[in-house]
Amino acid sequence: MNGAALLRLSGITKTYGVGQAAFQALKGIDLAITAGDFVAVMGPSGSGKSTTMNILGCLDTPTSGSYEFQGVHVEQLSRNERALLRRNFLGFVFQGFNLLARTTALENVELPLIYRGEPAASRHATARRALEQVGLQGWEHHTPAELSGGQQQRVAIARAIVTRPAVLLADEPTGNLDTATSREIMDLIGAFNREHGITVLMVTHESEMAAYAKRIIRFVDGRVDTDHRQGEAA
Amino acid sequence: MLWNTLLLALRAIRRNLMRSFLTILGIVIGVAAVITMVTLGNGATRSVSDQISSMGSNLLMLMPGQRFGPGAEPGAPFKGADVEAVRNQITGARLVAPLVTKAATVVYQASNWSTSVTGSSNEYFEAGNWQIAAGRNFTESEERAGKAVCVIGDTLRDKLFDRQNPVGSEIRIKQFACEVIGLLKAKGQSSMGSDQDDIVVMPLRTVQRRLSGSQDINRLTISVRDGVSIDAVKAQLVDLMRERRNIGDNENDDFRVMDTRQIAETLTSTTKILTMLLAAVAAVSLLVGGIGIMNIMLVSVTERTREIGIRLAIGALEREVLLQFLIEAVVLSSLGGLIGIALATAASILLAGLMNVPYLFDPGINLLSFLFSAVIGVIFGFFPARRAAGLNPIDALRHE
Repeated sequence: MNGAALLRLSGITKTYGVGQAAFQALKGIDLAITAGDFVAVMGPSGSGKSTTMNILGCLDTPTSGSYEFQGVHVEQLSRNERALLRRNFLGFVFQGFNLLARTTALENVELPLIYRGEPAASRHATARRALEQVGLQGWEHHTPAELSGGQQQRVAIARAIVTRPAVLLADEPTGNLDTATSREIMDLIGAFNREHGITVLMVTHESEMAAYAKRIIRFVDGRVDTDHRQGEAA
Repeated sequence: MLWNTLLLALRAIRRNLMRSFLTILGIVIGVAAVITMVTLGNGATRSVSDQISSMGSNLLMLMPGQRFGPGAEPGAPFKGADVEAVRNQITGARLVAPLVTKAATVVYQASNWSTSVTGSSNEYFEAGNWQIAAGRNFTESEERAGKAVCVIGDTLRDKLFDRQNPVGSEIRIKQFACEVIGLLKAKGQSSMGSDQDDIVVMPLRTVQRRLSGSQDINRLTISVRDGVSIDAVKAQLVDLMRERRNIGDNENDDFRVMDTRQIAETLTSTTKILTMLLAAVAAVSLLVGGIGIMNIMLVSVTERTREIGIRLAIGALEREVLLQFLIEAVVLSSLGGLIGIALATAASILLAGLMNVPYLFDPGINLLSFLFSAVIGVIFGFFPARRAAGLNPIDALRHE
């Protein structure tokens, strides 16, 4: 294990709605994730796994509890500070790819670099290299509509890792893909974890995909149910 | 940051060409309509005032009778003595031209043309700003003797002489032959829409003897000296005529005095009202264009909200997203405004040519409609984005 926690959630709750209609999606989550880990989060629908992921990704805010990112209390940060945290430390891969429509693969991958203010020349080179790393050399100028689902997810992965983030958050990255393509995508994500030391957090409900992870956390009803490392006894 | 955001905005415009085109189109149509209408209206106003000044400036017209139209009491016509009295007693009068007008058919060889024949003196040409294009005006002896000579307008040259030089030819008016001694330079339509060049001018005495058969004078045109108050001359004229026509203190005038400035003011104010009306109609099209832009923006709000979600997720700051959308809106509406101005300029020049009015560039209306279009574009392009950029990124991403 490599030392202190990179991410730490303590007593996180999330409530949607108010009064009678209020629904508590998270009922007190305590979780610590170390740098370089590959964590799969599993659980039935409505168990709070995606909500937890969104809070970890600073896309959503918890109702109560504390979230430390490298020792920084994220719940005390402003909107802009959270945006900067996403910009500099986080990469996202979504189930629905979420690429910009009618925009070429290269321009999609360049986008995070533009927000980082990278000059054009190094931006193009970096984005091309990222597309190569996901096996899409030659597809730089194709728009999402011209790419298969697997290829679109590869573009999304290239966009997520192009900034060399500390953490890659993947919400059901293989949810829209067939099994063979899913395996390729998982191999790719696994490779970034092994070779570049990027910490990976992945939500999935497929055991086969979770098997790529080093650690599997199961959610039930807004709480952590089980949490074990691969190879250890469950 | 600004440079990068500009890049993002231009990329967004490029990849949504249809949406960008429709946004621009709404503005182009609105801006072009408003500018064209106002420009043509200004041209028409100018053309009216030009025509009025072509009638001659500082003119007073003295006519018998008080009112136009049905029920008008015709006052007694004027006589030669009235003309002399005006000449001698109204010190502010530079020129006094007596007029007799008769409708007549003019024949030259196989062509004939119904026109109005005016009997007057050389003062008529001077007061009315007429210029002789060919030939000459009357000599003193022709005026005194009432010789059968005439100066014709450009329309008659057109109708009777097939655009050939008429000077020296003989035309027939009723039973007598009349030598054409001069051709007037064309003036075009009057502000009332009648053809000012459809005219034959003869010495007063000729018309009185051969056409009207009386010593009556229908009208006096009086040109006021420069620097003399028109109103003062008008008042003098009214006093003189009341005295000469024996009108009692509590009786109404049986004549009237009109001045060209008054006519000019009436007519220009009419065309100005029409211009405003046209501009109001055109402003509606600008508004409709604005509503069109609003529709396009609202339809695309779902896609754009998700786009904003993506941008926020990968680390864009709220203000960067907003700046991008603001730049997009400003670029599109300015482009629309500029195209609209170009189109309006082309259309105004073309239509002004067809309508025979001068083209006058009006910087005010160009600037105003440009600004208005920019404001519309910014409001409808920017405010939906502002709402989306204020959402939690995950809510923007999940927007349906």
